[in-house]
Amino acid sequence: MPDPKSEFLTILGARIHLRRAGKGPPLLFLHGAGGVTVWLPFFDKLAESFEILVPDHPGFGRSDTPPWLRNIGDAALYYLDLLEALKLGRPHVAGASLGGWIAAEAAVRNPTAFGRLTLLAPAGLRVVGVPAGDPFIWSPEEQARNLYFDQSLAEQAIAAPVTSELADLQIKNRFTFARLAWQPRLFNPDLERWLHRIKAPAQLIWGNEDKLIPVTYAQAWLKNLPRASLLPLPQCGHLPHVERPDAVASAIRSFAREAVS
Amino acid sequence: MKFHAFHLMPYRHLDMAEANKYRSYWSVLPNRLYDPALGADLYQEYIDQLVLAAKLGFDGVCVNEHHQTAYGLMPAPNLIASILIDRTRGMKTKIPIIGRALPLLNNPLTVAEEYAMLDNLSHGRIVAGFVRGIGCEYHASGVNPIYSHERFHEAHDLIIRAWTEPGPFEYEGEHYNFRYVNTWPRPVQRPHPPVWIPSQGSGETIEWAAAPERKYPFIITFSPIESVLRFHDLYKQQARTFGYEADGGQLGWAVPVYVAETDEIAIRESAAHIEALFNNFLYMPLEMVLPPGYTSIKSMKAILATKKGMTTAKQTMKDILEKGTFAVGSPATVREKIEAAHARSGFKVLVAMIQFGTLPDPLVRKSTQLFAEEVMPKLRGLGESAQVRSAAE
Repeated sequence: MPDPKSEFLTILGARIHLRRAGKGPPLLFLHGAGGVTVWLPFFDKLAESFEILVPDHPGFGRSDTPPWLRNIGDAALYYLDLLEALKLGRPHVAGASLGGWIAAEAAVRNPTAFGRLTLLAPAGLRVVGVPAGDPFIWSPEEQARNLYFDQSLAEQAIAAPVTSELADLQIKNRFTFARLAWQPRLFNPDLERWLHRIKAPAQLIWGNEDKLIPVTYAQAWLKNLPRASLLPLPQCGHLPHVERPDAVASAIRSFAREAVS
Repeated sequence: MKFHAFHLMPYRHLDMAEANKYRSYWSVLPNRLYDPALGADLYQEYIDQLVLAAKLGFDGVCVNEHHQTAYGLMPAPNLIASILIDRTRGMKTKIPIIGRALPLLNNPLTVAEEYAMLDNLSHGRIVAGFVRGIGCEYHASGVNPIYSHERFHEAHDLIIRAWTEPGPFEYEGEHYNFRYVNTWPRPVQRPHPPVWIPSQGSGETIEWAAAPERKYPFIITFSPIESVLRFHDLYKQQARTFGYEADGGQLGWAVPVYVAETDEIAIRESAAHIEALFNNFLYMPLEMVLPPGYTSIKSMKAILATKKGMTTAKQTMKDILEKGTFAVGSPATVREKIEAAHARSGFKVLVAMIQFGTLPDPLVRKSTQLFAEEVMPKLRGLGESAQVRSAAE
């Protein structure tokens, strides 16, 4: 699999880093709070069937941190601008955690923006009485242990060397994550009221052992999204696309195929 | 030199063995560990200690604000300030509130109002301290630390305008919006109560505080003496950049103080209590003390790279003495420490934390009295003109 092509485009005065790979119908991947610090095997699997587009959100990775980015709504509306600029038509979107939240916020603002939505353990909703984990209080070690079900993956993450460049990216990503999700912590109380606007089919993929956003939260999405299904993954934590890349890529492919059949 | 007595009002009866099972003494420490029967008596004890300091001749008695912690039981410092004002009625003692944490508030006008009330109640004896609150308090309040600096500056500007501009007027800001700003009562001191900026030191804050339109005294809190002096120096350099010489009255040092008959007795009597302050009450993991945005990305990276800092590393009395984060000893030793620091920086505001950690009442009273009677009088003239000095002597 060839390396992804890296490019920059300027939208609303902010220089945005975008990686593309593969051929086929476009699939926009919206990353989670950790950003995309390495190109994942999951992306290569998707690139076999799609042209996958992986932008760094504004304020993350190699993208600028624009002054207009103040809250999750700004991130969502930015993506609607980006879709127009890229002239992608109605791409499928897959969003993980924070990225799933942004996808949903964008979709309620423009219900015809996306073909199909795959939401991987999305943030964005609250379930009263079932607290989500607090990633802002976790140490890096705790975070690794809490994000993965497979603790050997956590050990790898903890042991991985942190270069100066990677440290810069991690801090930058964490700052923007706080900007978007500190308060209310990981949710927007308004979102639930407007999820009914998303008429596009949606599939939720959730690790049964998610310690950040428990799988119970999927029920809140199913209740409010008109056309949604749930694929629960046993023995999987908060990052299904990292922990179970084959299963997730395969689910996205099948889901997209339903759209054309 | 001016001398102020300062209190955090820690919950000194805390079951440390139990408390140490938790991530921090802040925000996540279960409040079942607070016993109101003991706490109610503590408030009385601590208020009496500050009143004692006022009677012994300290220039001011100071309170401050902290939330959800055994480190300090004053989430609403103005309540204590109000009592101190009444207990020092007829005296000249200043009442610095150092300070209110502005970014944590959704309506900063409450601070303009409450400080104005206190200024009236005290006939103009308060000092208005403004702080950002420490990192943990962004966990406690929910306020987004990314906007900490923005909210601090905006709230400060709004409060100063509320005190100095005829009301009513409108205020439109990024974080705060008011159709009517019209503070009743107005403060007694003109144009407004003096402002202090307590800080652990940052270039950005120094530049802001030293600006000619503010010239706010900068009080460095609980830092190693070399850091204190470095920040004083930075302030002075910054003032020169602005085209003026900073007065020693713009430079403050806030430090725990313990005085006893001899150095040996002082160290022996205070060791466990000062270690409790630094190693227990102040213990916070980095994620709590430095939430994202509380510092710049650059500072955050530097801190993460060293993983040092007084809030995370356990310290022994020996470390504390070496760093000079604690002014401890016989009256002569403590005098010399203050004189030596003064000789290097010229600071003229000493904020002495008279109680710290688990230090019990009899020791607080003894130390405070020794400090007032055997340290303060001989240092009064420090930094004053010859005329003032001879008047003081």
